[in-house]
Amino acid sequence: MNVEETELPGFGVRKDFMTQSGRRIGVVTHRDGETELIISTWDDPDSCQASIPLTGDEATALGNLLGSQRIVMQLTEEHKEVPGIVTRQFTILPDSPYRDQPMGRASIRTRTGVSIVAIMREGEVVPSPGPDVVLRRGDLVVAVGTEEGLEQTATILRNG
Amino acid sequence: MDPLALALIELGAVVFALGLLARLAGRISMSPIPLYLLGGLIFGAGGLVDLSGVREFSHLAGEIGVILLLLLLGLEYTAKELFTGLRRSWQAGVVDAILNLAPGVGIALLLGWGPIGAIVLGGVTYVSSSGIVAKVITDLGRLGNRETPTILSILVFEDLAMAIYLPILTATLAGVSWFGGLQTVAISLAVITVVLVVALRFGNQVSRAVHSENSEVFLLNVMGLALLVAGLASAMQVSAAVGAFMLGIAISGTTAHLASRLLEPLRDLFAAIFFVAFGLNTDPRSIPPVLGWALLLAVVTSLTKIGTGWWAAARAGIGIPGRARAGVQLIPRGEFSIVIAGLAVTSGAVSSDLAALATTYVLLMAVIGPLGARFVDPAMRSIQSLRRSRSARKEATAPIP
Repeated sequence: MNVEETELPGFGVRKDFMTQSGRRIGVVTHRDGETELIISTWDDPDSCQASIPLTGDEATALGNLLGSQRIVMQLTEEHKEVPGIVTRQFTILPDSPYRDQPMGRASIRTRTGVSIVAIMREGEVVPSPGPDVVLRRGDLVVAVGTEEGLEQTATILRNG
Repeated sequence: MDPLALALIELGAVVFALGLLARLAGRISMSPIPLYLLGGLIFGAGGLVDLSGVREFSHLAGEIGVILLLLLLGLEYTAKELFTGLRRSWQAGVVDAILNLAPGVGIALLLGWGPIGAIVLGGVTYVSSSGIVAKVITDLGRLGNRETPTILSILVFEDLAMAIYLPILTATLAGVSWFGGLQTVAISLAVITVVLVVALRFGNQVSRAVHSENSEVFLLNVMGLALLVAGLASAMQVSAAVGAFMLGIAISGTTAHLASRLLEPLRDLFAAIFFVAFGLNTDPRSIPPVLGWALLLAVVTSLTKIGTGWWAAARAGIGIPGRARAGVQLIPRGEFSIVIAGLAVTSGAVSSDLAALATTYVLLMAVIGPLGARFVDPAMRSIQSLRRSRSARKEATAPIP
């Protein structure tokens, strides 16, 4: 992937790349740390259809969503052979009882048979997290298990 | 009435009126500069109301306004950006200078204002307003556009060119001989090089020297240093504004960011007074005779800026609509043109018609530029669809073999 980095004197930096579908997508990082998501128009790849200002939290959330998508796709690909096994992701909401708690306290594997294979946090992956990894608000938990077990996991993470 | 009381009342009325004008400008989302100039024309000599009490204060405040304008411009750039910008865009910068100095020089000579008038008016038509252009780019959400770096690097080149042009202008206006002129240019080039190198190597130390956690101390440090440097530069005939610009470049990083946030309100106040003061000294009755020339100059220099932007964007591999946007967005002239005309008028070395022409010209360009930038995209789209339908019709009427 060829990400182009261009200085914008007086403003900051633009980093973008061309997608296969022929649109330019990227971010403009302002000098004061503000981030803007930019997407080019259909007919004129030089101009922008949208430039959306993102707060730090929003940028992290978007990064997690996009990053986790790949992991989920990979895992789904790997488990295709095993019937009945599904991959799913859950967000740790601000009111989750396990927020700021070590993951082991939820004892998900014992209660539902589901294994948590990764946590996406601030655009980075925590692979096969141990029971003492503390869950944070906004974390994306990637879990593998049966459809039923995953339903239970969702309930546990939301309501305890 | 007590002269002090009178001066306070007049100043208060002027600043309050400026507030109203700025609000109006914000409502119709345009630059307040043309409105400030108009305000000055109305209040000034030969206008509706004659304010003489604030003349003295507004003169010094205007000078401080220029220093702050340039200081904040310098704070926006880092020395590294200037170097890369210069390397990337010097060809475009040179084309820009030649194409846009020429109309001003030509008309000044045509009007018989001599070589000094030619240097002044050339400068007025050359520099785009980085303030207005930057505002247009952010207002229209074009920061992520591909032609934007091209526009910005041309602006960087112009701002650096000013650091050479302004000392030449100051020396010429002061009536320095050829040799003396060369000397000031040599001094200013040496100063610029030294400052850029210092800023690149020791930017952190300079920043640390002025920095303070206490915002009051910090403000006084930066402001005092700016006035000192500007004064020294002025004494060396390198132009006060250039000194402030160089100080701005030397300060970098978080210190620069904090300084610009702290100084912004001061700049807005003093720069507004500067524009008004310029308008105050221009007699509105001298405008109608030069209106035709100003219009001609506006049309010609709009075309030359479009040409510059078009060429530079094409070189950067940008499509036709982007080239048009780059060209049109370079049109606005503003603070620099008035700074140049202001220097010339204060020195008394040029005809007073020049002030009238410069005011009218900036009034036109500061309004035409942003308007043009807004309508360039729809205009290009309709031109292209017109072309497409015409070629489609041609195909339809072509005989089938």
